[in-house]
Amino acid sequence: MTEQIRQMTTWLAAYDGPDISIMEVCGSHTAAISKYGISGILSEKIHLISGPGCPVCVTPSAYVDRLIELAFEPHTTVVTFGDLLRVPGKTKSLEESRADGASVEMVYAPMDTIRLAKEHPDRQYVFAAVGFETTTPVYAWFVDTLKKEKITNVRILTALKTMPPVIDWLCRNGAKVDGFLAPGHVCAVTGFSCFEPIAKKYRIPFGVGGFAAEELVVAVYGIARAIESHRAGREITFVRNYYPSVVTENGNETAKELVEKYFEPADACWRGIGTIEGSGRLLRDEYRCFDAGSEGLIEDFKRNQACRCDRVLMGDAKPTDCPLFGKVCTPMNPQGACMVSEEGSCHQYLAFHRTR
Amino acid sequence: MCVALPGKVIELNGQEAVVDFSGNRITAISGLVPVQIGDYVLVHAGCILQKMAKAEAEDLYAMFDELKEVTS
Amino acid sequence: MRITMAHGSGGRATGELIDEVFASRFSNPVLSQMEDAAVVDGNKKLAITTDSFVVEPLEFPGGDIGRLCICGTVNDLLMRGATPKYLTCGFILQEGADSKQLVRCVESMADTAKEAGVIIVAGDTKVVEGSGGFTINTAGVGFVPEGQQISASNCKPGDVILVSGTMGDHHAAILSSRLGINNSIVSDCAPLGEMVKTLLEENIEVHCLRDVTRGGLATVVKELAERSQVTMELDEQAVPVSAQVRDFCGLMGLDPLYMGNEGKLLAVVAAKDADRAISLLRSCKYGREAAVIGSVTDEQPGLACATTVIGGRRVLDVLQGEGLPRIC
Repeated sequence: MTEQIRQMTTWLAAYDGPDISIMEVCGSHTAAISKYGISGILSEKIHLISGPGCPVCVTPSAYVDRLIELAFEPHTTVVTFGDLLRVPGKTKSLEESRADGASVEMVYAPMDTIRLAKEHPDRQYVFAAVGFETTTPVYAWFVDTLKKEKITNVRILTALKTMPPVIDWLCRNGAKVDGFLAPGHVCAVTGFSCFEPIAKKYRIPFGVGGFAAEELVVAVYGIARAIESHRAGREITFVRNYYPSVVTENGNETAKELVEKYFEPADACWRGIGTIEGSGRLLRDEYRCFDAGSEGLIEDFKRNQACRCDRVLMGDAKPTDCPLFGKVCTPMNPQGACMVSEEGSCHQYLAFHRTR
Repeated sequence: MCVALPGKVIELNGQEAVVDFSGNRITAISGLVPVQIGDYVLVHAGCILQKMAKAEAEDLYAMFDELKEVTS
Repeated sequence: MRITMAHGSGGRATGELIDEVFASRFSNPVLSQMEDAAVVDGNKKLAITTDSFVVEPLEFPGGDIGRLCICGTVNDLLMRGATPKYLTCGFILQEGADSKQLVRCVESMADTAKEAGVIIVAGDTKVVEGSGGFTINTAGVGFVPEGQQISASNCKPGDVILVSGTMGDHHAAILSSRLGINNSIVSDCAPLGEMVKTLLEENIEVHCLRDVTRGGLATVVKELAERSQVTMELDEQAVPVSAQVRDFCGLMGLDPLYMGNEGKLLAVVAAKDADRAISLLRSCKYGREAAVIGSVTDEQPGLACATTVIGGRRVLDVLQGEGLPRIC
């Protein structure tokens, strides 16, 4: 640990002012905070809250049900990232459906699907395209390749989400948050400027953070100090970039242009929250031939009425406040959004015995 | 999941690059960022999304720079 | 040659397979009698273990199922302070299995048995329908010296925790093979006998030994914390992990503390002997990178935890789920 980092951890441990709540909105941040034991080095007055930052967790049941339907179609294989396998639909998950005979394959990168499709031209492939701004450019490249190489046996089923609209929704609906730890890799694509309108509108500090222990300490410290300055009435810059090795003001222009070419903004349904206007993306009309029926997948079946994921995602309750946590709701049998993926906040609290 | 490790581009073949992570080599799309052999990059879901600053020390220095305002 | 159902018939084909593949390679005076049961010399106290090996792929960088099944079995015996003596093995061959590959694995099994100082005294072969692989089940018998107290419930506050080398190599090698990741990670698959023997012969006060296999280091220390009713405190930065395995884990979203090994032991020793134990381990073939990784305290019985790079503390639990890569 360098001397500067030590000074920051000392300050964070000794802080005794009014309570500070910082929300992270990236599943990998949630996971890194648990792994490095960051919450444990903070004063009891500083709270880290996990928002809707895991794309797998916030995918609604209707989307999973549609994937299962496709995976049972003749000569059709659904291709997915591993995390999605256990996410429950209305009655079953993809993993359970696979045991019942549905055709589901797991890959490491979406482009592997194209290799599979070339090897088996007689089969239809559907890639489960789930993700935020970070992953959408990969899907745009994917569709671009399908188009250029005239591949006709691959489609995508999208559940694409965008960060600024859901953060706006959280602020508008009174989430108990004093500052945001902004997602580093979303910003690698969009640039940190994408959070400036919201930060200024709600006058709430944002800090873009990386994923290493030191980077997280710097970001949390920077955000906490900004909140303190703001409360003291000093002028602050609302969006600060603590991940300069990767993030710039405007991000990756090529990636953004490619995304714009193939995808348009659309309403999207968030598991545990509901539909938020303009918070997702769908393939544009002229490219809908590559779509496997992504529009209108808005049903969000709540498995268990006692589930408090909606309040956990709002920063209103901790995972440990939920009566189902660790008892009825476990990683093997998730009842709500925050337990379904390894990066969900309930999953992280359970696996790392986090209490705060 | 966000892979936050910097990988090093060691080979370029058209719009694909071989990226090395301490001896683990993967093939990634290189069409979204202009890269050269030797560049450090961020790879997500099999695609290079950004170049990364090389030296960790420089990186921390830039972070501390960013903190000047909030602590003054 | 491909294995067919006839090789499991119990008739001539079975006899030929046993003679040609197994008996010649495992040859020893007990096995060569070819009786229904092996009769061997005994000891007052025996350690007995059994294990099944279902690894995919059958051959991987740094080892194969043959070497793996010997190491896995003798290492379990060694962890009770026993000297491994006898092994049995049952082969479940799938129809279509490649006899050349089978021979390679059996040869490697014979070599490893020799290295580990055990003899294979009984065996069995069956053939089932399937896709051409095979699995092996073993039993192992070892002699336990009088007065041996090594046990999972014997960790004491004040003790020091050591590991014999880098974590995660076997798991990372297998996953790399399966996922087609190009790297030079090799399995650490090895018998731990030399290290255990050295520690005991040099009178190191060893309280507990564990081989760090499936579930990884975190799972082992959590189990020990519960069995011994102590706190197991690790220093995460002191845990040896090779740069290549560390980055492999980073790429796959895996945690080195939860990655399996097949040739690493964890030893809990009296603090007074810790330095000597480390130099002894480092003098052994498979212990060159041995390190002190933590200590035992009485803070909270049953707790296992690790101090992180920024001085945070993470609680360690047994592995949840299956240790497969996270992707998104």
